[in-house]
Amino acid sequence: MAVMTYLQAISSALRDELRADERVLLMGEDIGVFGGAFKVTDGFVAEFGSDRVMDTPLAESAIIGCAVGAAVVGMRPVCEMQFSDFISCGFDQLVNVAGKMHYRQDLAVPLVVRLPSGGGFSGGPFHSQNPEALFMHSPGIKVVAPSTAADAKGLLHAAIHDPNPVCFMEHKHLYRRVKGEVADGVYDTPFTARVARAGSDMVVIAYGAMVDIALQATEDLDGASVEVLDLRSLVPLDEEAILESVARCSKVVIVDEANMTCAAGAQVAALIAEKGFEDLDGPVVRVATPDVPIPFSPPLEQAVLPGVDRVKEACRELLAY
Amino acid sequence: MATETAQAAGGTASADEHLQLEDRIWLLRAMLLMRGIEERAMSLYRQGKVPGSFYDGFGQEAVSAGAAFAMAPEDRLCILHRDLAAHLIRGVPPTRILAQYMGRAAGITRGRDGNVHFGDRRLGCVGMVSMLPDMMLVATGMAMAFKLRGERRCALTWFGDGSTSRGDFHEAMNWAGVQRLPVVFVLENNQYAYSTPLDKQFAVDPVERAAAYGFAGVKVDGNDAEAMFDATRQARQRAVDGEGPTLIEAVTMRMHGHAAHDDMKYVPKDQVEEWRRRDPVDRQERRLRELDVDVDALRAEVAAEIDTAATEALAGPMPTGDDVLSGVFCEGEAEPLGDGHAPWSGFADARPAAGGDA
Repeated sequence: MAVMTYLQAISSALRDELRADERVLLMGEDIGVFGGAFKVTDGFVAEFGSDRVMDTPLAESAIIGCAVGAAVVGMRPVCEMQFSDFISCGFDQLVNVAGKMHYRQDLAVPLVVRLPSGGGFSGGPFHSQNPEALFMHSPGIKVVAPSTAADAKGLLHAAIHDPNPVCFMEHKHLYRRVKGEVADGVYDTPFTARVARAGSDMVVIAYGAMVDIALQATEDLDGASVEVLDLRSLVPLDEEAILESVARCSKVVIVDEANMTCAAGAQVAALIAEKGFEDLDGPVVRVATPDVPIPFSPPLEQAVLPGVDRVKEACRELLAY
Repeated sequence: MATETAQAAGGTASADEHLQLEDRIWLLRAMLLMRGIEERAMSLYRQGKVPGSFYDGFGQEAVSAGAAFAMAPEDRLCILHRDLAAHLIRGVPPTRILAQYMGRAAGITRGRDGNVHFGDRRLGCVGMVSMLPDMMLVATGMAMAFKLRGERRCALTWFGDGSTSRGDFHEAMNWAGVQRLPVVFVLENNQYAYSTPLDKQFAVDPVERAAAYGFAGVKVDGNDAEAMFDATRQARQRAVDGEGPTLIEAVTMRMHGHAAHDDMKYVPKDQVEEWRRRDPVDRQERRLRELDVDVDALRAEVAAEIDTAATEALAGPMPTGDDVLSGVFCEGEAEPLGDGHAPWSGFADARPAAGGDA
């Protein structure tokens, strides 16, 4: 057991996999000699060489497409998108080639795409996005989004061991801000939800960076007992855990950092409306980023991203309902 | 790096050296099967037994037959929709191809995808998607894995003149050039991308672009199966010897419309007539008649094989829908691609034990 940052936990998972499995190969822009834009692979080339920690041409479609090719001949590629925003350039290969392969012709595509996501540090419209819902809407792709260091490591191991394409949404704002105890060695965290804090008056459902926001917002909410459910995995979505929390708490706030329309939280809300309606004591409340590009200037960015105050206000209103 | 031009109108000395009589018969047989299966499928389409539309490679049979014939069992192929002969050479039985067209349970994709959108993974093939140059990157990635593992194998894919306009063409050519990968790109220049002619597709003959990416580009008569074979054989040799990729531009003509609905009014009649005289099947047939091969017997044998295959495919059931939701994800171990058939006599000595995979 060691205390690590979220970023160190991701590095540790990658290092352990490279040591344990010669099929594992990292591919991305500036991940080799430079160690990656966020230094996730800092020092890797010295240990594993530039073939296995591959600096690729600046071409996201090629990174994903070549990873598909490598995967179907027995490799276990882990691709880094330098920023999750850049996946738009690799969308076709991921959605049409990788995602549909097994259904069409029983050919598994074991690859992982790491997607440094999210805002909060003036990245502007092209370095702050949360594109996970695009892939929830595309059959054949799993999507996970850790909120803690321990889950960052365990979910990344599980993603690399999974025989399917997995989008690993790693939140940039958590990289160096979140620290926690991480077990030694290789372990798989299941693609299921986790109760981050148990409660009974209300549940806040979140994932990624919004889990910590939800915990802070509900730490002291006029004595209310507030549960926080960390989804961890968006595909598959842990319907059982969501409905259990709803049954226990009867009031639900769903928080997304992504743009509101058709976000992961919209799917969770639809699920609750269909299957948890009888358990509800109030309307399902959503807090998300409005449908605007993420602006650059700090006051503008703070005005759109869900923060502690907005979540707190939404929770208070619902508790009073 | 200069662009070479393989002149192969009447056959080449190099093809003569590497093709035994049995190989030449194999090439004709593959093309006859392709043409016969596609003709049968078109008539099944007209009878309403092939759902969706139907796409064929009439007039282009030599491109896939010749190129696939140069591939070893352990090589890997991404086969496109006008390349049926490649599937036949790798070992896909005609009945499964006809079942595939008809959306039947015995088709390669069990009705999940249509037409030639398939690859038999057990025979080392990855099925195409409709965004055609996408497969150039998949082939590049397979070649990358071979090089990283130090294996003497190559990957090959086909794509069309229209594909050269998309970014994935550039990304694949560039990546393959930068990493000097064992990959063969076969540009099937059939004069039209749907209805769009070449002069609206590119300002420079795409074979010239190979030099800009740092590897060889070869222009071949795509209606000559033996020239296609020989150019691909040489490209494969360069690939497995570590000399990098090759772009082969196979110049041919799409003699039917883009799909069954397309009457190709946009194609000048004299262009079609000119290419009809260069028919690839007739050409190989003439060669074999000169070598005293009983081509009529071969034709009869192929026709009988297609009849049997069609009867069998028509007797097979449609999928039921009971498992239509299954298989979106792989639930067990990821099984990689298996090895395909490689009938060229040149592989007879070097053929690895059956059952290889990856």
